[in-house]
Amino acid sequence: MTVYWLCFILFLVGLYGVITRRNLIKIAISLSVMEFSCFLFLALIGYTEGGAAPIVDTADPVKIYVDPLPQAMVLTAIVIGLATTAMLMAVIIRIYRKYGTFDIREINNLRG
Amino acid sequence: MMNPLIPLFVAVPLAGAFLTMILGRFITAIPRYMALAVLLFLAFISFWSLVVGGDGSSVYTLGGWEPVDGVPIGLYLVHDGFSALLLCLISLVGLLSVTYSVSYMARYTSENYFYSLFCLMIAGMNGVVLSGDIFNIYVFLEISAISSYALVAFGVEKNELEATLKYQILGVVASFMILFAIGFIYWSAKTLNIADIRTVFSAGHDNRYYLLIQLLLLTGFGLKAAMIPFHAWLPDAHSSAPSPISAMLSGVLIKAVGIYVIIRLFFNMFEVTEGMSIVITTLGALSMAVGVFLAIGQWDIKRLLAYHSISQMGYVVMSVGIGMILMARGIRSEVAALAITGGIFHMLNHAAFKGLLFLNAGAIEYSVGTRDLREMGGLAKGMPVTSATSLVASLSISGIPPFNGFFSKLIIIVAAVMGRFYFLALLAVIVSIITLASFMKFQRYAFYNIDPGKIRNDIKEVPAPMLLSMITLAVVCLLLSLLALPGLRETVLSPATDILMDQLKYSSQITGM
Amino acid sequence: MKGMTVIVKKTTQLIAGIVFLYGIYIILHGHLTPGGGFAGGVIVAGSFILLILAYGSDFLNLVKEERGSTTYENLAILVFLFLALTGMVAGVGIFFANWLPHGTPGELVSAGFLPLYNIFVGIEVAASILTIFLALIIFKEEVLK
Repeated sequence: MTVYWLCFILFLVGLYGVITRRNLIKIAISLSVMEFSCFLFLALIGYTEGGAAPIVDTADPVKIYVDPLPQAMVLTAIVIGLATTAMLMAVIIRIYRKYGTFDIREINNLRG
Repeated sequence: MMNPLIPLFVAVPLAGAFLTMILGRFITAIPRYMALAVLLFLAFISFWSLVVGGDGSSVYTLGGWEPVDGVPIGLYLVHDGFSALLLCLISLVGLLSVTYSVSYMARYTSENYFYSLFCLMIAGMNGVVLSGDIFNIYVFLEISAISSYALVAFGVEKNELEATLKYQILGVVASFMILFAIGFIYWSAKTLNIADIRTVFSAGHDNRYYLLIQLLLLTGFGLKAAMIPFHAWLPDAHSSAPSPISAMLSGVLIKAVGIYVIIRLFFNMFEVTEGMSIVITTLGALSMAVGVFLAIGQWDIKRLLAYHSISQMGYVVMSVGIGMILMARGIRSEVAALAITGGIFHMLNHAAFKGLLFLNAGAIEYSVGTRDLREMGGLAKGMPVTSATSLVASLSISGIPPFNGFFSKLIIIVAAVMGRFYFLALLAVIVSIITLASFMKFQRYAFYNIDPGKIRNDIKEVPAPMLLSMITLAVVCLLLSLLALPGLRETVLSPATDILMDQLKYSSQITGM
Repeated sequence: MKGMTVIVKKTTQLIAGIVFLYGIYIILHGHLTPGGGFAGGVIVAGSFILLILAYGSDFLNLVKEERGSTTYENLAILVFLFLALTGMVAGVGIFFANWLPHGTPGELVSAGFLPLYNIFVGIEVAASILTIFLALIIFKEEVLK
């Protein structure tokens, strides 16, 4: 049970970083921390005590396997996370070029 | 019998997007015609499925994995009354936006990226609407979200980049909340299929995380739909994007990935409980009221329209929430049906008139070169078609009869009164009046101001493709009001209401029991 | 961008080919062992990225390479979609149907369409990760100019 709580704490650490950090790169890193807490949680869900990798073994029909579905989900989510992180980084580089800063307080053209 | 067209809703725009990227490199004119052809095809098959499908739902199993002992395995695409309406909406507004873009986007560079991302966004939205399991909803939602992040930033100027940064950070946080909720669902239900989750949860086993899951999903999709405490990104993103994209984002995207999923999950995946439905109704009423007050002080046309989107989505959510409360109490189910019908009807109408208004705003920006209401005036003379169509849309959104907005607001208010939610009915009327005031300001400052210092005689009407899509949407605004007629309402809107109201219908069509 | 020292160059020269082959192995055995298209594709892209980082590349070359990898990415996903669509055309009428003969489990050529899907997913992932990497470098080079 503790590991699940640790996952949740990691999620909150990421959220704290997103809310309090001022540097865009650090915000992106905090988002990655949140992302990986989700992946860790999904991977832990599929864990079975004493389970083997989910590859069918014809010699041993009663073998215990871990649940492969959360692993597939984590893989898909990692691909999506890669795309979002790349997109975020591209935007941050562009922003640095236009505004000349990574400080989120100085990026405030839009308001109201 | 499986409808063989269903996977094409996702496959064709995906193929279009990547073909555009390859062919657009050699022939510059290809991307726009490719996107037009894809959207035309989608519009055709979506309306064909709506007409032929009728109220019969069609379930498509990818890869042909049949259910085992009534437990669905594999991926399901579900085409029922509710998703059929959304598909028609996506392809219609998408088609008109692409037609509009043919002229509008000519001033931007890298057109092939634009049309490719546009097709990807359409594919993602179609996937969200059709998907029958919760993880695929997440995947398709991310496809449409990532392409919309890129499309919002398409101008790559200061404002666009700032808007897309806000949109991305909040959107990504929302995605992780949804992913966490999916993890909890899989943990307690050991399944991802929406119908199967319903069966497992209603069997009452392991409900410890039920409330947590609901709150995480509501927060996540509420962020995507920009309900009021989570609305910070919407005015920036929707006003900074190129206008056809604003029309898509406001007209379709927040519905398909936000409102649609909230409604689908809270009706068909969870049991309708009174506590959660009160929360949803409150969110809706809050969005409705606060959105319109935030809108009233705006001078930038597109920001004004964006805040009105929040307010109008509040109508939809509030109305559906009233239906949920009545359903949870188990009383007056015909009033509940009326409220849900009103919400869905208003959702369709909002896509038509808000899409049209954003296209009008784009036309004004195209001709005048500014979005600030204080710098325009007397445009009615130079741009008669834009002026007329925007008048239609403004009257629609403010709820003036014979236009479509009147009928859906009337249904919502009547349902609220019949359900004895007098305060909400009063609030809806007041918000409607403030909306009217706000759009009178828009009309007066933009088109009818005859202050001699502001009148410019060099304003020309926009090119023909832009006019064509604006006129078509204005006609759609008028035609949609026909859906309020008894005969048409039963054939078009009732299947959607039925699938939401009937507790067992959605599950039984998937498990086949 | 500039290349690195001769030690890095020599080491990269020695291991890049092995990394590439290992990626191919992971992709081809995707239906038998852990891994598959995505993991293998990342490894393949890693070998290219290693080479670019070690040896450096001038701006024009980067743009050309980015164009090439984008084309590969788009082609791979189109082939993937086409393979999925063949399921609809070939008699059974189901999207993503695995209608090729399945063979004996555990052999390299088995499981119908799965190895083919893995191969094209591998190309797709390798090309797209390379594209992302190149696009970010091109941004940086443009700033420096």
